[in-house]
Amino acid sequence: MASGNGLLRPGVYFMRGNDAAVEGALIAGCRFFAGYPITPSNEVSARMSRRMPEVGGYFIQMEDEIASIMAVIGAAVGGVKAMTATSGPGFSLMQEAIGLSAMIEAPTVIIDVQRGGPSTGLPTLVGQGDIMQAKWGSHGDYSSIAYLPNSPQEMFDLTIEAFNAAWKYRVPVIVLADQMVGQMIEKVVVPPHEKIQIVDRKRPEVPPEEYLPFDKRYLVPPMAAAGEGYRVHMTGLTHDERGYPTTRHEVSKWLVEKLVEKVRRNEKEIAMWETYEVDDAKLVVVAFGITSRSAKRAVREARRKGLRVGLFRPKTAWPFPYWALEDIVSSGAKVLVVEINMGQMVHVVREYVGKENVYHMPWAPGAVPPPETILEKITEVYSP
Amino acid sequence: MSLTRAEAEKIPPTRTERIRSLLRTERLPHIWCPACGIGIVLKVFAEAVLESGIDPDKHIVVSGIGCAGRITGYLRLDGYHVLHGRPIPFAVGLKTSRPELEVTVISGDGDLLTIGGNHFIHAARRNDDINVILINNFNYGMTGGQYGATTPPGSRTLTSPYGHIEGAFNVPYISAALGASYVARWSVLHERELKKSILEMFTVDGFAVIEVVSPCILYGELNNIPPLEMMKKFREKCIIDHNADLSQIDLDPSFKKPIVLGNFLKIDKPSYQTQYIKLIERVRGGARGRA
Repeated sequence: MASGNGLLRPGVYFMRGNDAAVEGALIAGCRFFAGYPITPSNEVSARMSRRMPEVGGYFIQMEDEIASIMAVIGAAVGGVKAMTATSGPGFSLMQEAIGLSAMIEAPTVIIDVQRGGPSTGLPTLVGQGDIMQAKWGSHGDYSSIAYLPNSPQEMFDLTIEAFNAAWKYRVPVIVLADQMVGQMIEKVVVPPHEKIQIVDRKRPEVPPEEYLPFDKRYLVPPMAAAGEGYRVHMTGLTHDERGYPTTRHEVSKWLVEKLVEKVRRNEKEIAMWETYEVDDAKLVVVAFGITSRSAKRAVREARRKGLRVGLFRPKTAWPFPYWALEDIVSSGAKVLVVEINMGQMVHVVREYVGKENVYHMPWAPGAVPPPETILEKITEVYSP
Repeated sequence: MSLTRAEAEKIPPTRTERIRSLLRTERLPHIWCPACGIGIVLKVFAEAVLESGIDPDKHIVVSGIGCAGRITGYLRLDGYHVLHGRPIPFAVGLKTSRPELEVTVISGDGDLLTIGGNHFIHAARRNDDINVILINNFNYGMTGGQYGATTPPGSRTLTSPYGHIEGAFNVPYISAALGASYVARWSVLHERELKKSILEMFTVDGFAVIEVVSPCILYGELNNIPPLEMMKKFREKCIIDHNADLSQIDLDPSFKKPIVLGNFLKIDKPSYQTQYIKLIERVRGGARGRA
């Protein structure tokens, strides 16, 4: 299964989503994992503990999720690709550190296998309630990127994308999986490794005495790692381009704008989505993660009944591919948002499509809405 | 004889000349209050780095939030000033993934033992190969002098105006019990002993803790022990006893009982990181047959 370098050989596998994410991470160059046990993400840390030494990487189980994400940030400033995996309660605990990751521009990857909430909620059942938290969870202004896999294959593919984006833009990146996608077992194709694009950090090209860790000339500055002789200072305090704390208004303005603009200015390059039967659609269903698979079945059934219905599936929650959705519904099509929460992505959709034509099907019993239930809602919305 | 500021500035800073290369002098003056002890730790640590025989480029410092946490900002080393309470797990991640680096956490008692107590406990238990210099000034200085996990019972602080009714951590005692490889306690008056202790800490494989007792002007004001008075007591009332019974060395900044200092513990046992590197060798050696 593993080749000489310990990485999973190219081929076709029958694999659990959480396991596929691990193999994707290792191929992407991840060599440090820190985590804390939490259902339904446990397969990730279990496989990491077995696989890391095989590829010469490091695994550590920390005392909680705060420690886990802090260890990941510590490894990242050392230039080592690192990640953690968790679920809702742990993701909540990580929020302050996610802000630190954004602030000192330390690239981090977090796999959040969402479960039903709030609080301890439904540890073993599916949820999609962390959509807003993935973007707004930490205090203040910053940017993060969040992917929405809907299959074990995408757990593999999008985890690689997550590492590439994290190290390209120096931001926290979240793979927003869910219990179903994380724990289902399906076909996963691992392409030849040389065909997989891997992004590494941009390194400084100037000598240490000229190096500024947050050089204003760059939107994403080149990154020196600890121990390379650049003698950087990094702080969670508002800092200038030398990394030194300051309370000057104009520096704070520059810093916060930059942290937000890094993703905003590159949103078209980062965002991913998929469409199905949208060209002539009078109603477009917006669904993501595991829900998109039930929604697709419902759309197919609706088509069979002669209804002009399509599916828009964002593969990134953040940045949300609003321009693609705007384009699809510009003819006046209605939109129905289906999600396993009481209303999160619907707010984003309404921000761009407007309130009038956007309908919502919240669903939060810890299960995927069945295709027939979605179809009922489609029929109801389609011709009121 | 008092000097004018202009006269004072002409005096060459002989006491800091040696460590200039390790100071971010452009950041001075520092933020610490007059008579604070933290600056002494900065100086002694920098001297220890220079004398350690380890390339300063490989010395990494990590701190949390609070007065002591500001040390990393004045050292011209790779330095990371991270979240309140979280420098230890950050340092653990960095050290584990980059074992060739010498990683030292320098932070305060509130940061490392109150909000960050859980990380301290588990890093000591795992015997993570990091150095921890814990500056204990008995209270939260930066936020105005609240009580924390090392505030001695009976103390008056901003949030215990009627006297503190909780117990305090005895840092060397708990560190030893938790499994640390190295445990010491010094005061900021004991510069030479502290430096020797820091140098020894750099050679330890595993979790190494030095508690450095320091005066704080806020704590001093509320408890009738002004910083200079406390420094005097450090000279007169401290006992150096490397073999002290750690269970009996609670700190009493009123000096009703003496403060016990010393290099209490040094155990030769492999750190998590050393064991993990061996684990990789074992697994990869075994995996070669299967590949």
